[in-house]
Amino acid sequence: MDYNLMREFADSWGLLVMALFFIGCIGFAFRPGGRTHADRAAQIPLEDD
Amino acid sequence: MRFGTEIVLLGLFAFAALVAAGFGADEPFRQHMWVLFFVLAGFTAILLRNTDFKPVAAIDPSAYMDGPIRYGAIATVFWGVVGMLVGVIIALQLAYPDLDIQPWFNFGRLRPLHTSGVVFAFGGNALLCTSMYVVQRTCRARLFGGNLGWFVFWGYQLFIVMAATGYLLGITESREYAEPEWYVDLWLTIVWVAYLILFLGTILKRKEPHIYVANWFYLSFIVTIAMLHVVNNLSMPASFLGSKSYSAFSGVQDALTQWWYGHNAVGFFLTAGFLGMMYYFVPKQVNRPVYSYRLSIIHFWALIFLYIWAGPHHLHYTALPDWAQTLGMVFSVMLWMPSWGGMINGLMTLSGAWDKIRTDPIVRMMVAAIAFYGMSTFEGPMMSIKAVNSLSHYTDWTVGHVHSGALGWVGLISFGAIYYMVPKLWNRQRLYSLRLVTWHFWLATLGIVVYAAVMWVSGIMQGLMWREYDEQGFLVYSFAETVAAMHPYYVMRAAGGAMYLAGALIMAWNVTMTILGYQREEQPLPGSKPAFQPAE
Amino acid sequence: MGLMDKHALIERNATLLLVGSLLVVTVGGIVEIAPLFYLDNTIEKVDGMRPYSPLELVGRNIYVREGCYLCHSQMIRPFRDEVERYGHYSLAAESMYDHPFQWGSKRTGPDLARVGDRYSNAWHVQHLDDPRSVVPESIMPSYAFLKDTPIEIKDFSTHLIANRRVGVPYSDDMIANANADLMAQADPNADTSALEARYPKAKVGDFDGNPQQVTEMDALVAYLQMLGTLVDFKTYDEAAGYR
Repeated sequence: MDYNLMREFADSWGLLVMALFFIGCIGFAFRPGGRTHADRAAQIPLEDD
Repeated sequence: MRFGTEIVLLGLFAFAALVAAGFGADEPFRQHMWVLFFVLAGFTAILLRNTDFKPVAAIDPSAYMDGPIRYGAIATVFWGVVGMLVGVIIALQLAYPDLDIQPWFNFGRLRPLHTSGVVFAFGGNALLCTSMYVVQRTCRARLFGGNLGWFVFWGYQLFIVMAATGYLLGITESREYAEPEWYVDLWLTIVWVAYLILFLGTILKRKEPHIYVANWFYLSFIVTIAMLHVVNNLSMPASFLGSKSYSAFSGVQDALTQWWYGHNAVGFFLTAGFLGMMYYFVPKQVNRPVYSYRLSIIHFWALIFLYIWAGPHHLHYTALPDWAQTLGMVFSVMLWMPSWGGMINGLMTLSGAWDKIRTDPIVRMMVAAIAFYGMSTFEGPMMSIKAVNSLSHYTDWTVGHVHSGALGWVGLISFGAIYYMVPKLWNRQRLYSLRLVTWHFWLATLGIVVYAAVMWVSGIMQGLMWREYDEQGFLVYSFAETVAAMHPYYVMRAAGGAMYLAGALIMAWNVTMTILGYQREEQPLPGSKPAFQPAE
Repeated sequence: MGLMDKHALIERNATLLLVGSLLVVTVGGIVEIAPLFYLDNTIEKVDGMRPYSPLELVGRNIYVREGCYLCHSQMIRPFRDEVERYGHYSLAAESMYDHPFQWGSKRTGPDLARVGDRYSNAWHVQHLDDPRSVVPESIMPSYAFLKDTPIEIKDFSTHLIANRRVGVPYSDDMIANANADLMAQADPNADTSALEARYPKAKVGDFDGNPQQVTEMDALVAYLQMLGTLVDFKTYDEAAGYR
């Protein structure tokens, strides 16, 4: 494993995978139907002590 | 027999410490082992006096385990006062160097005591007890592992005592915020793994299908700190009965490893963990769900993803290769966005209940904490820009930045959580006094403002003085002259810190009286009693 | 919906959440730190660097013990004012045998990367004993106790061995003579020719003004006096060193 190889990976496939993962996170969070799911989760702390 | 195994093990460890005190390779190690011996022997004696041979009462597995949390809340307040007091002392030592008392109480030995005292003893206990509180209540499950919670609590206190006494004896690895030597590091590793098992085990046995986002932040904090701690503290002891070890890395690699650790201690210990606190206690105190749960998910992934890269901004213009510096700068600037996303999410949780800032001093404290979070996460990326950093690095500006984050964000959000938890943990109707909370809030806020403003002025001034040239092209100031110019600012800084400490002392009084069951008779705060309506 | 279902899985599965966040936080560290160990040009080629002599290493350990790094940096940045004030900017090679590094992060006092040979031994002793007697503006604590603390280390070779295990090229000869070298370097009457052959440019003689015993003051001053003096900048090629 040498540095240039890692660097090549980092600014091609690595970058793409990380960007896709992140867009996936955003896409997931704002998916249609996600709102009810999220709203239910947000109520967890308020339900009891 | 109650505590049977514990007593036997503690007695054995105490004996081992005594042996190490006798055969240690160097004097500080022998002294340190004497400290360990007395601590362990004392603890054994306490357990012996409290043991009995009655059968152990059955534990209700559905009830929450709040014992370690109560102790943790007290420890948070206690260590907070101690750590801040040491901070005021070293601030005064910089203004009046005659206050240094060699060798144990010189600035160089007290400063790690201050930083570890506030970060790991105060902040660490706050994280420990709030995480145990939050994970049980959002998973609706009792803490995992029987007495594991107690082991984590007491094990962590032992780590604090050994680290603190070690600093005074001159036992240090000189890695900022990771100063304890190899044997104390090993002990912390054991305690931390137990903490991870405790937390993860509780999540795994939860009754709630969803894992609430606060637990995500706590979990990532625990895991990442484990990784950082182990890698950064890799070292080779000179002797297994000696205090000195040599870092596994050298020079430039060592520097980057240390600041990869150092910056993520800020990112995961002082940010991710306390964000977990924010995502639980702010909704609870204002009695509204978090503004956008979906934003909190994005906040989480963006934050943990970006933070880990930012470390090299502590090494701008040093012998670290340029590409690593630039990488650190770019990620630091990007970090601004998720940080402000989280700030907006925290603040907007109040939407529709903004009046609570006026009527509820605990909400006010939490909102101020989030505001300081926003301020210091703007200042941080700005200071990581190389041109700015060339001026700010090595000066008090950095110190001021750290304190606006630590006092403003970490301190205030922890105080808010403590004020919320204490009446609930001890089944009190309310705090001893809400007016004292208001006093605490104003003293703390004023203290932070004084501290940060003074450090901006002194930092920028000293940075400019160092690089000032006259018309002939000579440096204008000798280094000693720039030190002398700092004196009035160091006095004012100590005053700001003292105000913050005074607020913490008020909290200690308020919490103590609440625990003892007193309620102060006082006029209710304006607007705080909806039951009381003036006649119209 | 495939990807989205997967995240719902993470939200409900603690182990996946754990592994996922661990992966995410490991990447940055590996990509940044790992290359420094493999890249040939992380550390420049220079002439003159050698491991610390035993007395210097004891002094360095005292420097660490007293937390000097909290107020003094050892890292001169490549700016005109810093180079004029402190000397040539610091090279990565100059801390290649530093376990741990002492670059520091705050300059309450001046940078010390090249303090060696700038002041006399007597000045250092006086300054450590009572800083304000030589620099009235100083806010440094007094370290007078170092003069009265003799170095009592039964076997210092273990420290050299520990350093060798983490990569410092101490030879068998250096380790075998560790204790003798430690005492000889501060002894004005000792024959130090072998020591100086092992550790070129080492400063020898009595440092603390008390030839009767070797104290912690001797060690600390010996360390301060060698800081930044090893690299021969006449043979250093700036262009080749740029990274």
